[in-house]
Amino acid sequence: MGERLAVRKTYKLYIDGGFPRSESGRTFPFVSGGGSEVVHLSRASRKDLRMAVRAARAALAGWTGRSGYNRGQILYRVAEMVEDRAATFAAQLELGGSSVSDARAEVAEAVDLLIWYAGWCDKYVQVTGNMNPVTGPFFNISVPEPVGVVGMVATSAPVLRGLVAGVAPVISSGNTVVVVASPAQPMIAITLAEALATADVPAGVVNVLTGFPAELAPWLASHMDVNAVDLSGVHPDALPDLEEAASHNLKRTGRWETPDANLYRIAAFTEIKTVWHPKGR
Amino acid sequence: MARQDALAPRSGTGAPMWEYRESRENPALAGIRDRSGLWINGEETEPLSGRWFSTIDPATEEHLSMVAEAGPADVDRAVGAAREAVAGWAAMPVAERAKSLFRLARLVQERSRELAVLDTRDGGKPIREARDVDLPLVAAHFFYHAGWADKLEYAFPGVEPRPMGVVGQVIPWNFPLLMAAWKVAPALATGNTVVLKPAETTPLSALRLAEIAAEAGLPPGVLNVIPGAGETGADLVGHRGVDKVAFTGSTQVGKEIRRRLAGSGKALTLELGGKGAHVIFDDAPLDQAVEGVVNGIFFNQGQVCCAGSRLLVQESVASEFVDRLRRRLSTLRVGDPLDKNTDVGAINSAAHLERITELVESGQEEGALIYQPPCELPDRGFWFPPTLFTDVSQSHRIAREEIFGPVLSILTFRTPGEAVERANNTPYGLASGVWTSKGSRILWMADRLAAGVVWANTYNKFDPASPFGGVRESGFGREGGRHGLAAYLRGVG
Repeated sequence: MGERLAVRKTYKLYIDGGFPRSESGRTFPFVSGGGSEVVHLSRASRKDLRMAVRAARAALAGWTGRSGYNRGQILYRVAEMVEDRAATFAAQLELGGSSVSDARAEVAEAVDLLIWYAGWCDKYVQVTGNMNPVTGPFFNISVPEPVGVVGMVATSAPVLRGLVAGVAPVISSGNTVVVVASPAQPMIAITLAEALATADVPAGVVNVLTGFPAELAPWLASHMDVNAVDLSGVHPDALPDLEEAASHNLKRTGRWETPDANLYRIAAFTEIKTVWHPKGR
Repeated sequence: MARQDALAPRSGTGAPMWEYRESRENPALAGIRDRSGLWINGEETEPLSGRWFSTIDPATEEHLSMVAEAGPADVDRAVGAAREAVAGWAAMPVAERAKSLFRLARLVQERSRELAVLDTRDGGKPIREARDVDLPLVAAHFFYHAGWADKLEYAFPGVEPRPMGVVGQVIPWNFPLLMAAWKVAPALATGNTVVLKPAETTPLSALRLAEIAAEAGLPPGVLNVIPGAGETGADLVGHRGVDKVAFTGSTQVGKEIRRRLAGSGKALTLELGGKGAHVIFDDAPLDQAVEGVVNGIFFNQGQVCCAGSRLLVQESVASEFVDRLRRRLSTLRVGDPLDKNTDVGAINSAAHLERITELVESGQEEGALIYQPPCELPDRGFWFPPTLFTDVSQSHRIAREEIFGPVLSILTFRTPGEAVERANNTPYGLASGVWTSKGSRILWMADRLAAGVVWANTYNKFDPASPFGGVRESGFGREGGRHGLAAYLRGVG
């Protein structure tokens, strides 16, 4: 009997909880190390991006409305799903050139980072918000609230951990996100989307687009229904144009060099709301 | 069809009028000099630009002082002085840094009468507000932040506090000294040095503050003040020696600054315009709410970025509420800002008066109904009477654009859901007010209003411990409180 022909996975976009191809019908090839395998990925268009932002906006109220405890459990579930796919992620990282040990280590770090942020969901408000001791008979409290829909150009350094270090803090506080995956190893982002889709993350909370960041990022940065952008994966040369595009609706912009566990990456995508009320009998 | 004012008063607007005896503060207390130079590197200095401009009293149009205008070479000099000073200031033992700011706070307290008169003369605000609101808050702001200087490691868990370096700050004319304090106090407490550009119509109190800072023992170059107009501000925020920019002003200019800084790597915080919604439910204590609404829109002639300029009244009490509001309006005293009885002072400048007038005319042209209480305005100076608009629709310019004047647009709603939808129907998101006696509804509303500040059963309250700032196109970053420190430290948000 001859060798069995392997069944290969088709990599599509992840929008509103589903896995559609690009409406444009375009694909782009990813050639793995040594040319041993060629994968054709969906090349997202401006219209796909628009659909993704719409899905993220529609999902926002529901996700923000979940309790921190519930979001924490869902993020923990994402960690479980990534751990469960550890071999798949590691194999894909190896295709992208990682050594076996580096690939395994990166998957483990990504899982641990998800768990770290899962634990913040029901705590960050206590640490980044506080009562304010104002002069006068007033109750005064400052609490962080999610900024809204976040656009993200994911970093490739390193690709899985960078992606998790970007997405986890953003959704932990109740934001929804549209991610433009790094073209370095784009399959990783879609495999992560599969983990998200099976982890009770509601449809539209995370949307993943593969394609060419140089083509998609300007539309993301200028989209008037996006509240903030994480430009960690953007080359410094492209920053001036993207930050200028982001000025039209005064998007909050952020950029992180290292994919570390960082409370202030949660804080960066929240807005402090301060509420006053008089005290009296 | 004849248009009828659905909110027409059911009773007359005549309210008891009391006789007031004029009680005028002494204008000479301001100690204004003929010429006011730049303040760079711990001393007053002539502008290299060679240019001087006149600052006037908007209540009388009287010339007050010739003020130096900073040109590019002056900006360069000021940034250079701040750059020189930054290492020493950041390296100073933090307890000493704290003490010098405490000393500054004390000196402001000691000279607050002088400073209140100065801001009233240069800016046109009622002396009652300068004396009772601006100056106590200025002193409190320095005192509050002084105490943070040696405690920053407690402010943000898990990170070592590091200053930005040289901070370029541009402030507006509505609260000249208070805005300077909001900017300067946290920047200095966190170990940065400052180049501050006050507004061209109100430069005098910021220059006086720099003198006081020197008197308090602040090292030369730590605080530099360079008056000028928009061009000076643009030179400052664009200067390569500036690490962080903080701006308070219009959304339009804020966006320009954002564009200009794109890709520069400079940190930026923006405190911009607003179109604050003031929501009145039918179970609100109406008389208190009337006071809140009046304070929300007529405080400082409505020249407040967080002014409650859109009133949303529940339909069932709208007519009653507007009645009471009209009666209250007729008791407001408009006139001489130096008179301690004055409630509503002068508009800051001729140009700004023109803008208010133009927007009010658009309101009438678009079909809203105007109400202004009878009041005599002085012959000279820039004045606008307290104004209400009823029959306002969401599409009217007076319901959408920031007027920044004593003009209130009144709309109605039926359900809490509709109130939220209308309140949030704006690209701005600075402040909102809500009046109701139902506690659960307050919290429900507070969760849903898109605003950085929500005043419930109160309005226009400020405190150095309370973070202030907006969401959406009202800008980003906070001023005041622990959160305000983040704007001047690296890596904390």
